[in-house]
Amino acid sequence: MKEINLTALEHAFQSKIDNDIKIEPKDWMPDAYRKTLIRQISQHAHSEIIGMLPEGNWITRAPNLRRKAVLLAKVQDEAGHGQYLYSAMETLGETRDKSMADLISGKAKYSSIFNYPTLSWADIGAVGWLVDGAAIMNQVALCRTSYGPYARAMVRICKEESFHQRQGFEIMCTLMKGSKEQREMAQDAVNRFWWPALMMFGPSDADSTHSQQSLDWKVKRHTNDELRQSFINATVPQAELIGLTIPDKDLKWNEAKGGYDFGQIDWEEFKQVISGNGPCNAERIAARTKADKEGEWVREAAMAYAEKKNSKKAS
Amino acid sequence: MSTKEWPLWEVFIRSKQGLSHKHVGSLHAPDAEMAVNNARDLYTRRSEGVSIWVVESSQVFANDPADSDPLFEPSQSKIYRHPTFYEVPDGIEHM
Ligand SMILES: [Fe+2]
Ligand SMILES: [Fe+2]
Repeated sequence: MKEINLTALEHAFQSKIDNDIKIEPKDWMPDAYRKTLIRQISQHAHSEIIGMLPEGNWITRAPNLRRKAVLLAKVQDEAGHGQYLYSAMETLGETRDKSMADLISGKAKYSSIFNYPTLSWADIGAVGWLVDGAAIMNQVALCRTSYGPYARAMVRICKEESFHQRQGFEIMCTLMKGSKEQREMAQDAVNRFWWPALMMFGPSDADSTHSQQSLDWKVKRHTNDELRQSFINATVPQAELIGLTIPDKDLKWNEAKGGYDFGQIDWEEFKQVISGNGPCNAERIAARTKADKEGEWVREAAMAYAEKKNSKKAS
Repeated sequence: MSTKEWPLWEVFIRSKQGLSHKHVGSLHAPDAEMAVNNARDLYTRRSEGVSIWVVESSQVFANDPADSDPLFEPSQSKIYRHPTFYEVPDGIEHM
């Protein structure tokens, strides 16, 4: 009897998905769908939070007040994105404390791109243009994801993202109009960030473990390779326009497929960075752990104060 | 992470004068006052609002979605509650 019920529930669930009816928090859903979403949304939230670190690194050293105000606003947005996503994750029954503990312990993953260092001011340009550019490609697709709270968070995030990419590209444009040293600095940033940005879309479809189920559930709406291709097609002309060279000798327009052919991605590097051996993995987790520790007394004090106020009101 | 997690609050924003408050998301805060402050930083960075309500999430009561068919079905059969149910002779305007 119980089994029949489960099959019926699964059927009803999948038919909602097939008819593009969003799944909402209290609706019945298969355990695996819930787990997949918790994993994906928390990874996404962690990426926003850890993503503040490489950029925060340059706030005090921005070349002028305008750039500084812009970078500050951008980093603040990323904090907001993390918050929207943690909230969406919490609607699935996962607590924020648990999720944060998993980040600190290394159990939870975040986007591999944030384990690369930002060595020069041009890196801030490259991050905004390429990293936020790649993130937008992914996030626009996720606005149509099947889980309601996740889709709504994505719509909000996408609205805020568009300035992130533009401010990065503007930094690159300005550098490319500058001195020889500035142009070299911009090119060097692209040389270092291009391939890691392509890796942001995740493993190739053939090697992606979660892809097909996620597509059937409409958690994902496009495959990793599709999104990567769209990103390359959109970005290459932007680089050409301002005189930057994409560091890929195999990059070539393919008229027949209406897109660029591109070289082999170093998946061994991706694997290494994802599993903790990138240039900055330890530094990022150390920074997050420190922030968590140092904020602990504040969180405790605020809670104690609130409880005291409440008990006074009650008596 | 031994501290107790701050309670969860649901946030409602009036986007402009004359419109009602609309649910925008949730956040954690120790009390209502800080929930309003956090909501300002989190949900109105681009002038999305002129007024904020916060409600502790544990105070929100909802129907069980599993029962929504019997709950909402009765109104579906009462099509006479809609003006389109009624026949109006040709030539009648403004009704
Ligand atoms: Fe973001
Ligand atoms: Fe961003």
